[in-house]
Amino acid sequence: MTADIAAWLLEPIRHDFMVRALLVSALVAAVCGLLSCFMTLKGWALMGDAVSHAVMPGVVIAYALNLPFALGAFVFGVGSVAVIGFVKQMTRIKEDTVIGLVFTGFFALGLVLVSKIRSNIDLTHILFGNVLGISDSDIQQTVLISAVVLVVLMVFRRDLILFCFDPTHARSIGINTGVLYYLLLSVLSLAAVAGLQTVGIILVVAMLVTPGATAHLLTDRFDRMVWIAVGSAMLSSLVGIYWSYWMDASTAGCIVLTQTGLFVLSFLFAPRHGVLAQQRR
Amino acid sequence: MEAILSEPAPSERISVRNLSVDYHGIVALHDVSLQVQASSLCGLVGMNGAGKSTLFKALMGFVHPSKGSITINGRPLRQARRSQAVAYVPQMESVDWNFPVNVGNVVMMGRYGGMNLLRIPRPSDHRAVRESLERVDLWPLRDRQIGELSGGQRKRAFLARALAQGAAVMLLDEPFAGVDIRTEKLMIQLFEQFRAEGRTLLISTHDFSHVRGFCDQVVLINKTVMAYGETSEVFTEENLARTFSTTAPQDLLLPLKDGIRLGDS
Repeated sequence: MTADIAAWLLEPIRHDFMVRALLVSALVAAVCGLLSCFMTLKGWALMGDAVSHAVMPGVVIAYALNLPFALGAFVFGVGSVAVIGFVKQMTRIKEDTVIGLVFTGFFALGLVLVSKIRSNIDLTHILFGNVLGISDSDIQQTVLISAVVLVVLMVFRRDLILFCFDPTHARSIGINTGVLYYLLLSVLSLAAVAGLQTVGIILVVAMLVTPGATAHLLTDRFDRMVWIAVGSAMLSSLVGIYWSYWMDASTAGCIVLTQTGLFVLSFLFAPRHGVLAQQRR
Repeated sequence: MEAILSEPAPSERISVRNLSVDYHGIVALHDVSLQVQASSLCGLVGMNGAGKSTLFKALMGFVHPSKGSITINGRPLRQARRSQAVAYVPQMESVDWNFPVNVGNVVMMGRYGGMNLLRIPRPSDHRAVRESLERVDLWPLRDRQIGELSGGQRKRAFLARALAQGAAVMLLDEPFAGVDIRTEKLMIQLFEQFRAEGRTLLISTHDFSHVRGFCDQVVLINKTVMAYGETSEVFTEENLARTFSTTAPQDLLLPLKDGIRLGDS
């Protein structure tokens, strides 16, 4: 039995590509897991979805011009939100409608570019991730992006928590909430492009929301919420990759499904905020 | 934490001169002028949409006035804000009570403006938080998640934040909404202590008995200041009738006479 488990665990990591995939996705999961705490508390799930889709043309252009894809993602991620803000301000259309129409527009532009620009980009890799076949240069960029996001979130966590909790108070004591807004947004664009490496554009929003939601049900303290979110995200990535290896199933699908599974467990069994605990009350 | 209060305070805590605010061409406030002294509990009375929240926003520097100016403690708003002079106590419905912060965290947020970029609390910050929590009797509950507090405790937690901030001016948006009698009495006691310390509280309320009960000053507002000054002089049936008349005041465009009444001439 133990021999079986050992074989189940050890056999995949004899392959170099599996080791790389496990390490990269664990790192990306940690970064997205940390950010997901802010996303869920700020109520930015839709924004996360929008930004992660809107980075697509940026990634395509960057690849075509041989620039770092993070740069393209950053420009289009932040740009899309600026466009959303502008359209909302200038018209009577409600925010969720504007978000929906802007991010699909950017995404569609990305699709057209992929199909017209001659390059070695594989559409399915962008849409569904390609962590098993990730290149060295992509790994380097992902590590760099992750480091930047981690440092920014850790250094400014107190301001960002305040910004999520009570932006009015933040402004009234002279904190520049506009800067915090764009800071969180920039970090979101970067994390989205890191998450895109492992699960692809379509599912990246799960990385940016699910771990935070799972953790929010399990604790009332922010620091614990971060640890739980990061831990559950990393666990999901590792378990998901093993599953996908042994079942020969979609890696992105397995990772996100594991995350969803952990959420369901927390939804049902969380000690105080779970459904069963609330029924008993 | 009392730095602001001990400054050589001009007797005018809040001074608004000819302030006009409009949103995309729609007038929210027109030619508002008023002065509120230090050590004052000042009621802010007007219909919904009369401009109370716009006035609050203007006092926090959130809106760009199309005309006019505001000073707090005799200083321009930007400076006053940097010295943490103005605290806003939010309406309770606007707070996310499920947020993973405890009572101590919330009160510490009152100190952020005076900290360095990393917002690492100094001993003086911890002291201010403790003093503030003790004053509102919440020190033993400092580790509770805010959602676990009762209604009255929630109000007091946010008052403690304003205290920890050391604010000379506190803006309170409907502080008595959904509060039981016991809590209300306790809050009024606290407000009177704040006044005795030299603070000025601007309290928006729909309850006239509060204004008559403990506000020494009152501002009646309907897109512009209809009247302001001592409650006993200003809070009259006649002024209230004008403030709450549904038709736009005919005298909206007349200049203020000595800031006391409008349209008497």
